[in-house]
Amino acid sequence: MTLALDFAGSFPHSRRPVSPAPTPAVRLRGFSRRFGSTEVLRSLDLDIAPGEFVALLGRSGSGKTTLLRTLAGLDSAPIDQVSIPAGRAVVFQEPRLLPWKTVWRNVVIGLPSAGRAEAEAALAEVELSHRATAWPGTLSGGEAQRAALARALLRRPQLLLLDEPFGALDALTRLKMHDLVLSLWRHHRPALLLVTHDVDEAVALADRVLVLDEGRIAREEIIDLPRPRPRGTAFQAVRRRLLTALGVSE
Amino acid sequence: MKIFYKFNSLLNSRALLPLLLLLAWEAAARAGFIPPRIMAAPSAVFGTFLTLLKNGELVAALLASLTRVAIGLSLGVSVGTALALLAGLSRRGETMVDPLMHILRTLPFLGLVPLFIVWFGIGEAPKIGLIALGAAFPTYLNLFSGIRGVDLKLIEAARSFGLSRGGLIAQVILPGAAPAFLTGLRHALAYCLLSLVVAEQINASSGLGALINTARDFMQTDVIVVCLLVYAGLGLVSDFLVRRLEASVLAWRPSLVERAA
Repeated sequence: MTLALDFAGSFPHSRRPVSPAPTPAVRLRGFSRRFGSTEVLRSLDLDIAPGEFVALLGRSGSGKTTLLRTLAGLDSAPIDQVSIPAGRAVVFQEPRLLPWKTVWRNVVIGLPSAGRAEAEAALAEVELSHRATAWPGTLSGGEAQRAALARALLRRPQLLLLDEPFGALDALTRLKMHDLVLSLWRHHRPALLLVTHDVDEAVALADRVLVLDEGRIAREEIIDLPRPRPRGTAFQAVRRRLLTALGVSE
Repeated sequence: MKIFYKFNSLLNSRALLPLLLLLAWEAAARAGFIPPRIMAAPSAVFGTFLTLLKNGELVAALLASLTRVAIGLSLGVSVGTALALLAGLSRRGETMVDPLMHILRTLPFLGLVPLFIVWFGIGEAPKIGLIALGAAFPTYLNLFSGIRGVDLKLIEAARSFGLSRGGLIAQVILPGAAPAFLTGLRHALAYCLLSLVVAEQINASSGLGALINTARDFMQTDVIVVCLLVYAGLGLVSDFLVRRLEASVLAWRPSLVERAA
């Protein structure tokens, strides 16, 4: 834990207060994306402020993965109507660690200037120091996703994209990961987009929740509740509104 | 009691039937049912093995044969690897190389011996050429499919984390294709040994094949059997070596990791 604090302290910007910046980290204006004859995203407008935590909900096929890939710069389509920061990092649904590299080498992949010390520091932040020299094949699902988080954070991204990163984890591990993501986000303050299909997860974590439906943003909820968020009346009300937007009635 | 226990474990062992056959073979040879010119007795084979070992003939022959395998194998694996990289890493390379390799692959390469003799004579060249040919195809086919089989999600992730094309090849594609390459190498070794046996029938003046040819002229079945056993031993040793190589290169594989833990 001390290590984690040391690491956070080594970044001068990590404790700066959140201040609404004039230019958003992400800006989409009238963005459309089609695959063949299917229009997956339709004339989408989206702003994400620096340091803002946005959750994106949607049924499968609603276009949320396409949107994430666009923001990650993984989509080869022209991105005229898209403005995204240069510093981006993705945590994918599967950890996508290279099985033939030890954990710490996976963390610094693509960063020739970063060495073992940087990797160790990032791993300490996700409480995975003891697995630095392990092969990814020996990690549990939660450990592997924490390694993937460390790999993303080491890049100090202005935009952190999480693509259903907890989907394959058991409920208990998932709750621990929620806390971890929140504390890392508080330390580093990237703009964060979490794609998920778990309404509770979205309401528990995000500043703002968007519901994507048929390529459009069908609903937007600003969650103005202090964290950690108990499952009280206000929580339930937001949750119900979001479920309705998703076409689920309870 | 102890003896009974040993006897009992022998009865249940997998070695039982081979041992019985060996004993029957020895008995039949000693009783005169199998004349030495048809098949030498196991004891005679063992005696000949010791004699050939002592007078240095076997070692010299083995060295000559191993040299052929070493040269042929390195040539074949190099060419196979180079072509697989060319075809695996670029679309244009694939269009150029892959169809040709699949056409050539359908030729039974051992059937090329007469052509090789016409082209290269009966010296070392056709032998090494045949061995190299035997090694090149399994290397190419396995490495090519290994390169193409690398998980696209890993490639995408690595690219998103800033790996250049060179880094992608060195750190993602080649390590990802390593298991397939080693499978190819194991097949290549097996084909090399097969080619060696066939190639050494071409008027060899040295090596195990030469030893066999001379023995054939004098109907020395014991020498022939010794040489066949040495060929078999080469197969076992090469397989063992590739397994060792796999264990060190693929130490990251979960199955290997678990075994080590």
